[in-house]
Amino acid sequence: MTKSDETLLSQHFEITGGDFNNAGKASTSIKEILQEIGIDSSITVRTSIASYEAEMNVVMYARRGELTLNITPEKLHLKLKDEGPGIKNIDMAMQEGFSTATDEMREMGFGAGMGLPNIKKNADKFELFSIPGKGTSLDIIFCLNKTEKK
Amino acid sequence: MNQYYHSIRIDTEKCDGRMKCLRVCPTQAIRVRNGKAAIIEEKCIDCGECITACPNNAIIPLTDPFGELTKFRHTVAMPSPALYAQFGREILPEKILSGINNLGFDSTFDLALTCGEVSFAIQEYLREYKGPKPLISNVCPTVVRLIQVKYPELTDQIIPIEPPRELAAREIKKKKSKQLKLKENEIGTFYLTPCPVKMISIKQPAEKGKSYLDGAISISDIYGPLLSAMQGINKGSYREALENICILGVGWAMVGGICRTLRLKNSLAVSGLTELLKVFNDIERGKLRNIDFIEAYSCAQGCVGGSLTVENVYISYNKILKLIETLEYEQIKACPDIREVRKRYSQQYFFIKGKFEPRPLKPLDKDIAKAIKKRKEKEEIYKSLPKIDCGACGAPTCLTFAEDVVKGEAEITGCTINNAQKLKKLL
Repeated sequence: MTKSDETLLSQHFEITGGDFNNAGKASTSIKEILQEIGIDSSITVRTSIASYEAEMNVVMYARRGELTLNITPEKLHLKLKDEGPGIKNIDMAMQEGFSTATDEMREMGFGAGMGLPNIKKNADKFELFSIPGKGTSLDIIFCLNKTEKK
Repeated sequence: MNQYYHSIRIDTEKCDGRMKCLRVCPTQAIRVRNGKAAIIEEKCIDCGECITACPNNAIIPLTDPFGELTKFRHTVAMPSPALYAQFGREILPEKILSGINNLGFDSTFDLALTCGEVSFAIQEYLREYKGPKPLISNVCPTVVRLIQVKYPELTDQIIPIEPPRELAAREIKKKKSKQLKLKENEIGTFYLTPCPVKMISIKQPAEKGKSYLDGAISISDIYGPLLSAMQGINKGSYREALENICILGVGWAMVGGICRTLRLKNSLAVSGLTELLKVFNDIERGKLRNIDFIEAYSCAQGCVGGSLTVENVYISYNKILKLIETLEYEQIKACPDIREVRKRYSQQYFFIKGKFEPRPLKPLDKDIAKAIKKRKEKEEIYKSLPKIDCGACGAPTCLTFAEDVVKGEAEITGCTINNAQKLKKLL
């Protein structure tokens, strides 16, 4: 029997700030892993949206970051840590429509101020921790057992 | 009996295992075993890339032979608008339809008119739709299958409106059976198709319903006979023939035709499988949620690029484009009556009967913990492989080979490069 908190899979991705050529690759790999191991497709899609938003935040705002995918029999955990400007006002950043994106980012279709609220909306549990000037970390959790869904 | 019907068959006599098909398959659905290509049913989306790639013509599209016509008391040919793009600029649909009549069909039907109606119906659906966006067109059966297999969560975003070929066949059967006092199954409806995938959409509709079409005949098979059949046909003036063309309908032959003729502002037109994959990835990530509609075709440039067409794809694309430009310039609007379409739309006339269900690929194991274990094994195996994707083992890439080994479908000793290196060490 596997224990409920035993880590079955742990995968690590490096994300480079400003590297738009490779932007989105981590979340594509995550989606492929989840499909291959048979995670429910609705959870796969929610994870895919959340990981993409998280990844793009690093590419757009931070110097570098790391995204880790951990899977236990009950949970899917995305952990993101970046080295970047951090978020001064978290409450404001969580509001839909608030954005600090530059015009260039907006032209690329980002910066609608939907990133963080969208991650929260798709996750079952979401925690954000940030030190201005140093960086931000996100914990995004999805319950694999459907009855535990929020 | 296979679970999935496919529109292609491999002729093992002709196949000499040259692996061209192996490399072009976008879903890695082909393996070469004992020197012959074989298709993995659940992975195939019937795009037809392998047909074009095969140097020996060993991959055969399963369209219907002409002989099928004799099974019916009355036969109707419905050419895909892509057929109109196969001949020179001066040859307009009217002449082509007369030519088809001379080939032995009892009657012909201009699908462009139905395409126009469906364009309006799509517009109505877009207007009232409130769910997640963008909506995706279903005219290309490969696109529908690609979504079912690789993007199962997007199946609800496929527009649930019958494609024109199905609507027209339904209508023809109803009308002709009354008119000719025949049973509906005595009337044969044949689609003249630019690609083999329409065949499976007839034999096995994606929404598990029933097709109203009785068969599909390849444009490339009919092209030669049609050229001779059109000789000597003298139709009225160019201008008169032009006035019968439904601009909304001819647009269906090429990518972007629907968006352009409906003047949809917030839409994208995408063609070609690799491009589709990029766009569908973006849809899945929520990046395109502000777009209303995606017009999608698996063949580059749309149906004019189908593997069963004859004319150079750029020439035929250009013919349709110029035709649309001419009709726009001349302000010719031989289109269906939008009020009539709206009335029928509200009576559910346009909607498909079934539902598009996801058809996701099987994971490595039903049990997540076991699947993860197999994935680790797969990665270990992959590390030991040369990673040059030579294909000599019969799998298209080293990664798919590793997957086959984990699934028990291939032996690790199948890697010839590794075997050669082992042998070198021994000598």
